[in-house]
Amino acid sequence: MSELTLFLIRIAYLAVLWIFVLSAISVIRTDMFGARLSSGQTAPKAAKSKKPAAAKPAPKRRGAPTHVVVVEGGNAGERADLEHAPILIGRGPDAAIRLDDDYVSTRHARIAASGDQWFVEDLGSTNGTYVGASRINQPTAISLGTKVRIGKTILELRK
Amino acid sequence: MMGRTPNGQPGFLGFVHRRRRGAELFLLILALAVGIGGYAAVGIGVDGAVPTNIVGYGGWLVILIVACHVAVRIAAPYADPVLLPVVAALNGLGLAVIRRLDLAQIDKAAGTGKPPHVFANDQLVWMTIGVALFIGTLVVLRDHRVLQRYTYTSGLAAIVLLLLPMFPVIGREVNGSRIWVHLGPMSIQPGEVAKVLLVVAVAGYLVVHRDALALAGRRFLFIDLPRGRDLGPILTMWLIGMGILVFQRDLGTSLLCFGLFLTMLYVATERPGWLVVGGLLFVGGATVAYFVESHVHSRVVTWLDPFGAWETGSQQVGNSLFGMSWGGLLGRGLGGGQPWRTSYAESDFIMSAIGEELGLTGVMAVLLMYGLIVERGLRAALVCRDGFGKLVATGLAVVFALQVFVVVGGVTDLIPLTGLTTPFLSYGGSSLVANWVIIALVLRISDQARRPIPDLSFDEPAEVETTQIVKAVRP
Repeated sequence: MSELTLFLIRIAYLAVLWIFVLSAISVIRTDMFGARLSSGQTAPKAAKSKKPAAAKPAPKRRGAPTHVVVVEGGNAGERADLEHAPILIGRGPDAAIRLDDDYVSTRHARIAASGDQWFVEDLGSTNGTYVGASRINQPTAISLGTKVRIGKTILELRK
Repeated sequence: MMGRTPNGQPGFLGFVHRRRRGAELFLLILALAVGIGGYAAVGIGVDGAVPTNIVGYGGWLVILIVACHVAVRIAAPYADPVLLPVVAALNGLGLAVIRRLDLAQIDKAAGTGKPPHVFANDQLVWMTIGVALFIGTLVVLRDHRVLQRYTYTSGLAAIVLLLLPMFPVIGREVNGSRIWVHLGPMSIQPGEVAKVLLVVAVAGYLVVHRDALALAGRRFLFIDLPRGRDLGPILTMWLIGMGILVFQRDLGTSLLCFGLFLTMLYVATERPGWLVVGGLLFVGGATVAYFVESHVHSRVVTWLDPFGAWETGSQQVGNSLFGMSWGGLLGRGLGGGQPWRTSYAESDFIMSAIGEELGLTGVMAVLLMYGLIVERGLRAALVCRDGFGKLVATGLAVVFALQVFVVVGGVTDLIPLTGLTTPFLSYGGSSLVANWVIIALVLRISDQARRPIPDLSFDEPAEVETTQIVKAVRP
């Protein structure tokens, strides 16, 4: 193997190394600001159509839920209109539904819409949010009458 | 107006993240070129021909990397696109350099008849185990917040793991440091696993207690000093760190654990007072260790005068410096230098082997890759919405940064040499496996953070500010 070939291989390998590093940096650069939502075509579909129900509640379908109600627990009967979504649930003063329940965190969960679908999301509460019998760890779709349990309180969507 | 929240705010900082899995695939192909190209270049440089097993070796690397990529696509589709390729490139480069040192050992042993110490095959096996655990972590752990439930369990496990090498029978002293545990034919460094558990434990503890740590205290000479009773955890960590330093004579792990704890404390409380107190504690402890421990003392002497120490027998750091200066700007080319002259070139001193054969250009590229890993970790912490995830991501990035600083600083004689592995490059199973798990955790957090479905949480800026400090109310 001639000296020149070895030299070229050495330079070529360093070039590959740096091409990799620079490409990684350029990916970070394009990633820096993500996809502008206004640019449309690059934004994921889920994000594009998120919360039209909240943004303009005009095309109300029949059978769509209109409010969320506390059906069980100390604050039974308390309700919040879904027009003001997203709805924060917790013990804190800024919650749309304030619960006097020792097992509820200050900011416990949130109910919001994506498209026609309503979701409940746990906000890292201590005791968790349950849909049916299972503890949720990501936004979970709920529909009319689905029981959402938070601490000792049960909420559901109503028409 | 589609895609905007009611008050016209288009999400956090005004954008949503794309998945970027295609970009990740493109970078992974380049990363494989770094790994397999390096292996080929080693063969050409040492033997004058491309190694005959390049297809099998390259094929195995491709399988491992494709498996990782598929796992990320399925289990964490919104995860950061840069982390996995950078890690793959570092691991591939490390394998190539270890293979290069193996060839030198085989060459040397050929005349003597003794079996050579070879490491590349073992390292490939460890990489496979690491990749398996990486995929396992991504698949099993769907939400990093689950880890918060194991705050104290993992803290206890970390302390037990750190103490394990001091027990008789299973613990063993290698090269003056008692950091190894031998279980049958396997020997592992539990400290490497402990650092991951420690991050989880400290993050879980701080997310609950940081208000007490941040708000109470008094002001003294422009520095907010913490309250005496809050010093408990920091003193415990200091004692653990000093215990490791004194009883296991492991400067690196001691610095890593204590530095990690201090940085996370600072990030959680935004109080520089902790850094001052902790820094003084560490300097005090290290000074005592310098006078009491001959092991620490000799490291410092070598650091201050590497060439004087070279004359009197401790040649490692001196050889490393010679090697790097012989490498110069462009290096001698893979196979063109003599990196085997530095002992432990395949583990602690792999950066000096890279410096010799790939030169400053190669070392800079490697350091930039480490920088990218740390930056992406901190980025995940920044975007993450829950306090626990933020602290874990910060902690993991800091562990990484500290470890690279400590080992590269030691090899280049910037700070006293400590026995730590260079993440992903060095030969060493425990370290490699632990680091793959660290990357899986950071990817999981960044996936959660960048996922757009919880646009639900981006309703109003004030909300975004406050949801980060969700207060847990204990029943």
